[in-house]
Amino acid sequence: MGKQLAAVIGTGQTHHRAKRTDVSMAGLCREAVDRALADAGMELTDIDAVVIGKAPDLFEGVMMPELYLAEALGAVGKPLLRVHTAGSVGGSTSIVAAQLVQAGVHQRVLTLAWEKQSESNAMWALSIPVPFIMPVHAGAGGYFAPHVRSYIRRSGAPEHVGRIVAVKDRQNGCRNPYAHLHDTDISLDSVAESAMLWDPIRYDETCPSSDGACAMVIAAEDVADASARAAWIHATAMRTEPTTFAGRDQVNPQAGRDAAAALWHDAGIKDPLSEIDVAEIYVPFSWFEPMWLENLGFADEGGGWKLTECGATALDGSIPINPSGGVLSSNPIGASGMLRFAEAAMQVRDAAGEHQVPDARTALGHAYGGGSQFFAMWVVCADKPAD
Amino acid sequence: MRDVAVVGFTQAPNVRSTSGSSTGVEMLVPTFQEIYRQTGLGKTDIDFWCSGSSDYLAGRSFSFVSAVDAIGAFPPIIESHVEMDAAWALYEAWVKVLTGEADVALAYGFGKSSAGTLRRVLSLQTDPYVVAPLWVDAVSMAALQARVGLESGTWSERDMAEVVVRSRAAAKDNPRAQLSGDHTVEELLAQEAYADPLRKHDCPPITDGASAVVIAAGDRARELCDNPAWITGFAHCTDGQSLGGRDLTTSPSTTAAGSAAGLNGAGVDTAELYAPFSHQEIVLRRALGLDDRVRVNPSGGALCANPMFAAGLVRIGEAASRIHRGESARALAHATSGPALQQNLVCVMEGQH
Repeated sequence: MGKQLAAVIGTGQTHHRAKRTDVSMAGLCREAVDRALADAGMELTDIDAVVIGKAPDLFEGVMMPELYLAEALGAVGKPLLRVHTAGSVGGSTSIVAAQLVQAGVHQRVLTLAWEKQSESNAMWALSIPVPFIMPVHAGAGGYFAPHVRSYIRRSGAPEHVGRIVAVKDRQNGCRNPYAHLHDTDISLDSVAESAMLWDPIRYDETCPSSDGACAMVIAAEDVADASARAAWIHATAMRTEPTTFAGRDQVNPQAGRDAAAALWHDAGIKDPLSEIDVAEIYVPFSWFEPMWLENLGFADEGGGWKLTECGATALDGSIPINPSGGVLSSNPIGASGMLRFAEAAMQVRDAAGEHQVPDARTALGHAYGGGSQFFAMWVVCADKPAD
Repeated sequence: MRDVAVVGFTQAPNVRSTSGSSTGVEMLVPTFQEIYRQTGLGKTDIDFWCSGSSDYLAGRSFSFVSAVDAIGAFPPIIESHVEMDAAWALYEAWVKVLTGEADVALAYGFGKSSAGTLRRVLSLQTDPYVVAPLWVDAVSMAALQARVGLESGTWSERDMAEVVVRSRAAAKDNPRAQLSGDHTVEELLAQEAYADPLRKHDCPPITDGASAVVIAAGDRARELCDNPAWITGFAHCTDGQSLGGRDLTTSPSTTAAGSAAGLNGAGVDTAELYAPFSHQEIVLRRALGLDDRVRVNPSGGALCANPMFAAGLVRIGEAASRIHRGESARALAHATSGPALQQNLVCVMEGQH
């Protein structure tokens, strides 16, 4: 018995906000779970197993919170697995859930990723000194700004490229009722005038801090066949490399390139730029759009910014990137990766509403984490794999 | 499904306090070197890696990130992590091998419990709104469970002491055990209460440690090991957490996991149970329907060494090693997580598949 087919047959997400003080952690998670189950036409009792992901427990101040959440998530009497792979966790969690179906272990898996950042302080949680590692004490923005500067120097990209991404993603976010930010007045000028946080990253080019959750139901072939709209999983890939070592390329990491190469190979895709209809890519700071376009193979090295600059990545462009508004519009950290994977599934299920890309048949979901060292990605299609 | 077997197992020394950092790297590097020697594998032969650890135990975010340095993960590797005992990391690795995407996988776990006050750290696993503010700690929660069993007549203090006597004696044959020795029930019952009704010996030692297990599919397993421990069932299940909402003298999720793993009460000669507290072994034996013919915890179990987030994987490794050595034909390993045996995993293995 080889690998079984698996498909996303339901997605759900919360309204993402800076502080969801109207719900507990359990309430936040359940909001996404209930929407995913309703979308799949299922009840909790139909679910065989639950796979949960989130970023560090210090983000809420609860050790392994899925233990206390087991009842609220309907996991009692079922297998409950908790994945944690840094910022890529939402993607990794989706892949682990898919593999339970692909391995033939389960038929219907509920997967959930969440973060309730308002319960704690992410900047503090990320700044605890670690033995033998030089503390940055600047959060993620301070960590990644040198990578962005290096990208600009290497590629010769003009400085307005970052602003184009920020305006595009925030405008896309206005079409997404669940997005944290609905920044209708954003413009290239307003981004340029916003405060410089970590040169060259300005305030408007930075992701928000969000409370939010995302859930999906992933099912085996015969279950998905009975579903009106299935997003068939054609390939998944994960890669890891160390945070630091001599000669490491943080701008265009080998782990990301390897993961993308494996992904395109397994999905039978030779030219992602022409064969992928829409992509949801993890872009927490504007400049990561052109950086990841190159890392993923949509453009040659040094050419990613040209796709952005010419409008190819806009909602009506040839390769729309982040029609949901992306991480720049909502960032419940642990859920951000799963939101990318779920939004990709929504596109090929023709279920993305106002931010639907017309006729999307093949989509990429992508997540990264740590110091650009953990990568997770998948390709989903409206059609089943050929063989 | 593909045939998958455990082909290698190692663990770091189980010690009260290691001088190494909470990154786990100092414990993991020699652990990996030993499992490479044992199996003849090198790091590039491993198709998939999966680890289990806890940020709260390490007192930081991303405890697994530094641990990747122990692998030397370049060229990049295919790797994942669970915020659970590494027995669940092995479960994820087993699923990966079943898909056919990997033939050889390595799961590892590590924990430096000495970095904090373990019983207080574990209290933060409870409901943050209504339980955690009471700071009910892990030993006290286990004591409540022991008390329920005593009051209901499900077990006696003598039954609990007998578990300790047998475990400590068995550990004399385990060079990696932290505690071992000969005791009598009378001697143990004469000890004062530590967290009434638990005496100190009813509780696990606090242990820094790490462990690693290698699994492989089909012929690859036969190449790597003379007598592979074939996994015939692997399943896990959770109960709710609310202590007041559960019958703490039973473990429904253990029974369910055992059933899903094809146990059906029959046929294992050996069981390695992750029972950190003496009375929990009694709960687990009953939940799994193990009678007196089954040899329970020949390693000494968690009462003799309890490396958090590695000890569940140790149970699987210990059970598999007995099959490797021809001392067991069919063995069961169990792992647990959460307060009072909330979440449980069962892995059934046999030789000569």
